[in-house]
Amino acid sequence: MSGTSELKRTPLNEVHRQCNARMVDFGGWDMPVQYSGIVEEHQAVRNAVGLFDVSHMGEIEIRGPEALNLVDYVTTNAASRLAAGQVQYAGLLYDHGGFVDDILVHKVADDSYFLCVNASNQEKDFAHIRELNKFDCDVDFASPRYAQLAIQGPKALSVALKLTKSDLGTVRYYWFVDGEFAGVPARIARTGYTGEDGFEVYVAPEHACAVWHAIMDAGADAGIRRCGLGARNTLRLEAAMSLYGHEIGASITPFDAGLSWIVKMDKGEFVGREALVRQKEKGITRKLVGFEMRGRGIARDGYEVLIDEKPAGWVTSGSPAPYLNKNIGLAMLPADRATVGEKIGILIRNQSADAEIVPTPFYKRSK
Amino acid sequence: MNYPENYRYTKEHEWVSLSGGVATVGITFHAQEELGDIVYVDLPKPGTAVEKGKTFGSVESVKAVSDIYAPVSGEVAEVNELLASSPEKLNEDPHNAAWLIRVKVSGDDEFKQLMSASDYQTYVGAES
Repeated sequence: MSGTSELKRTPLNEVHRQCNARMVDFGGWDMPVQYSGIVEEHQAVRNAVGLFDVSHMGEIEIRGPEALNLVDYVTTNAASRLAAGQVQYAGLLYDHGGFVDDILVHKVADDSYFLCVNASNQEKDFAHIRELNKFDCDVDFASPRYAQLAIQGPKALSVALKLTKSDLGTVRYYWFVDGEFAGVPARIARTGYTGEDGFEVYVAPEHACAVWHAIMDAGADAGIRRCGLGARNTLRLEAAMSLYGHEIGASITPFDAGLSWIVKMDKGEFVGREALVRQKEKGITRKLVGFEMRGRGIARDGYEVLIDEKPAGWVTSGSPAPYLNKNIGLAMLPADRATVGEKIGILIRNQSADAEIVPTPFYKRSK
Repeated sequence: MNYPENYRYTKEHEWVSLSGGVATVGITFHAQEELGDIVYVDLPKPGTAVEKGKTFGSVESVKAVSDIYAPVSGEVAEVNELLASSPEKLNEDPHNAAWLIRVKVSGDDEFKQLMSASDYQTYVGAES
């Protein structure tokens, strides 16, 4: 392998290489895209349990008497409604209403918040938040202190319970506990990016390999599989979860992306609010939709979408959906045509292939 | 992996076998391994002219689309229908059952210019 020396590595890099993972440059990180195969890994998460190294994700800690004021000011959701131990999905916006990033806000205590942010945005997010910090609190770039492992799938709970004394069964979706996991201090959050039940476990980097092996051992009977970023992407797409740089980005607002539920306009001033107010007054002109291919072919990221044979929008994410056994995608379309049942065309190698707008998520787990 | 001795190979990871003026074209074991789970194969119709070095179809895995280049010039005589319904055969048996197209060719000059099995083996060894 050449050209990998300048790529960033997670503490598990050697472990991935030892089990013959296929490594790729993912936004400057040397990451496993697959181990045994994307389809097998995807099915393992839907049917049993999978383990992901997501240590490339960034962490930012905000602490101090006015920590909540800062979090509330820079995010779209209402951090003030969080209880300690609760997690919230939120947008980090520019003044013009576009996304800096999408993040998870964990309330640790009244004066302490823990943000999980996208790998390739972490430095930008940190600079953005620090720039806006006019409050009595500190913003700390905490990524070097954390590795993150995601255990995802219907058997995630039973596997995780073998490794902790924390009563994870009572931790609800989008809540977390601090405790011990595989014998080391850990933050254990019932969150994920797959559409399944599961946990995202934050540990110190020096413990990452031991925790990884402990999870693989504990999950052996359940049929646990190592999963790479390839399966992570197909899983999140079936669940219609947004990916920065695809469904959301600097030129896309939460309203465009169908994420008005993470915007609390009534909470008071926050960065991007003015622009969102103006956008709402003018009317939302575009909308993110899900579609299924009806004709032959697979839609891919960036392909053009045709309505009445004219260019109308673009595919933000497109892929085969291994569990659903369909070819699916998300697309940005004019709001007046973004209705379920609408027939659209996807331009695949200069030929229009039939597709139809369908409800999202494509996949929803049974509870 | 053993690459069949009687086949010839391209740098773009196609293989060709030649028999009675008909070239059978496929992708190599290495190619399918690089692609991962193959889910879709797009091939030309019989009668289509293909030109050496030009793309004639594509193979898609879950993750990516990859063009396939014609290793020889000629006219498509037959298309492997198996792949329309069972694209995963390309992962299972790329050198035999999952051939892509058969091409009527004139002569064997183009065929002979391609890499031998041992040259190809060295080539993929150096690439990976």
